[in-house]
Amino acid sequence: MTAAGRAERAGARRRRTGRMILAFLLPALLLYGLFVLLPVIQAARYSLFKWNGLGALTEFVGLKNYLTAFGSPIFVTSVSNNLLVIVLSLGIQIPFSLGLAVLLNRRFPGRAVFRLLFFVPYVLSEAVTGIVFSLMLRPGSLLDSGLTAVGLGGLIQDWLGDGTMVMITLFVIISWKYFGFHMILLLAGLQGIPREIEEAALIDGADRRGVFRHITLPLLGPTLRVSVFLSIIGALQLFDIVWVMTAGGPLNASSTMAISMFKSGFVARQMGYGSAQAVILFLFGLVVALLYQRFVLRRDTDGALTVYGG
Amino acid sequence: MATPARVTPVTVTSTAHASRRGPSVRGTVAYGLLIVVAAAILVPIGYALLGGFKTNGQLAANPGAILPNPWVVDNYIDVLVGKNAAVFWRQALNSVMVAVVCVLLTVGCASMAAFVFARFAFRGREALYTLFVFGLLFPSAVAILPLIILVRDFGLSGNLLGVALPEAAFALPLTVVILRPFFKSIPVELEDAARVDGCTAFGFFWRILLPLARPALATVSVLAIVSTWNAFFLPLVILNGADQWTLPLGVMNFSTEYSSDQARVLAYTVVAMIPALIFYALAERHIVSGLTGGSVKG
Repeated sequence: MTAAGRAERAGARRRRTGRMILAFLLPALLLYGLFVLLPVIQAARYSLFKWNGLGALTEFVGLKNYLTAFGSPIFVTSVSNNLLVIVLSLGIQIPFSLGLAVLLNRRFPGRAVFRLLFFVPYVLSEAVTGIVFSLMLRPGSLLDSGLTAVGLGGLIQDWLGDGTMVMITLFVIISWKYFGFHMILLLAGLQGIPREIEEAALIDGADRRGVFRHITLPLLGPTLRVSVFLSIIGALQLFDIVWVMTAGGPLNASSTMAISMFKSGFVARQMGYGSAQAVILFLFGLVVALLYQRFVLRRDTDGALTVYGG
Repeated sequence: MATPARVTPVTVTSTAHASRRGPSVRGTVAYGLLIVVAAAILVPIGYALLGGFKTNGQLAANPGAILPNPWVVDNYIDVLVGKNAAVFWRQALNSVMVAVVCVLLTVGCASMAAFVFARFAFRGREALYTLFVFGLLFPSAVAILPLIILVRDFGLSGNLLGVALPEAAFALPLTVVILRPFFKSIPVELEDAARVDGCTAFGFFWRILLPLARPALATVSVLAIVSTWNAFFLPLVILNGADQWTLPLGVMNFSTEYSSDQARVLAYTVVAMIPALIFYALAERHIVSGLTGGSVKG
């Protein structure tokens, strides 16, 4: 066979492989491009128009929708509520989950049952969770009568009806729903740390707290950062539980970016204004993702991106 | 509170044994904490389950009572076979259909893509892969409003497909990211041997790789089911009317419709959460391994 003939056949084979690669990628690319990437681009486009979602996109308004958002007390409250949930999650929910993970990392009777049980809220839908808690927290319902029964009646609040209380209540319920997820993540991380390292340190005279602080925690770093990242992304797009329980009320006190976006874009049919809020939400997410990429990912081994947890 | 009170004997067996020996103060506190947390999880679930067996009179007169007195089955009967049964079963069926379509699409598309990402070298591979990874990093709520328009333009408003297609797309990144390393780990020798025996690339994928990857496929399917089953935001904007709703929307709406009939709402909610609980009991291993799999590699 001539050299040219051989090259031709190699070329044909390469083309065939190329076609096959394309055929295998195409369905996923189509689905993903159409329903994930395109909408994000469209949101950016819509955000520059005044548009009710019907008819043609004609009324170009530049960045006016963004200015409106930042000038709107409702949207500003929403942003600050998202930030509040982030702060509380990182300050309370994750340490709490870590504590439980450490406890469950020891061997003791009943451990498997606790682990199984703590994860149950994660598989329940936000709607179910929200409805059950709404009923429990109604004035005079289970929580109030329980508090009264143990002599703590003085603590009773209008849990979901009071503007200052409502975010705290929601945070507790959100934590109820998600701490198990973080606990499982962190528990898996802890189990990846060889016990010998900690035991060696203990034998060398370190106390338990020192071992945790200087050995366990650093080794848990990558998992902990994943947990933090997922927690932030989750808190940024908080919607379901809040919508079910308060719909952002009372008087927008528990509104979030996603709630405000939904009310503007879907309920009030201001698609352009709603999209601008979506883009702002996206930018928050992007900043977090870039920070994560820059400060975290590079330090962890490359496997750690597979981290996504849900 | 450093507690060197319990002096650790300086032997190799120190920690493991010490913590297992008898109840220490620390151990008791830990147990106490675990039990409190367990109670905090069980109380709302138990409240819903048992509340469904009460009458509204019982719920109002004595909200703290644990057991119904007398037990009433009317609420559950109403939801399962009575007046509201048609709506409930319709919505359960809708949820099942969305979940099935979504899982088949996601796992089908993602395993093909992951196969190529894992086993072929081509220009732009990492860039494309990163594009998928990007999907993990951004809040999906951003896409909701444009999706309303898009789904409407496709004529799929009020259609379960209008929910299933985007849900499948949202589940793709995680699925691809979990499957790729798994496909990579299958030895090249196996592929070479198959090729020598005349197997095409597709043949290898279909007849060898996928069967070998069954555990990973199970894991990604289970994760996709959990997220679609519970999805709320997208169905809320795409579906309209009780006949179209999936269970989470149905639960929410039922609770508004019967807001003065708490016991019935609790029964409906409980019945709606049971499939998820059964599914968790059956697939717990897959859910946990899928969620934690990659995260501990670092």
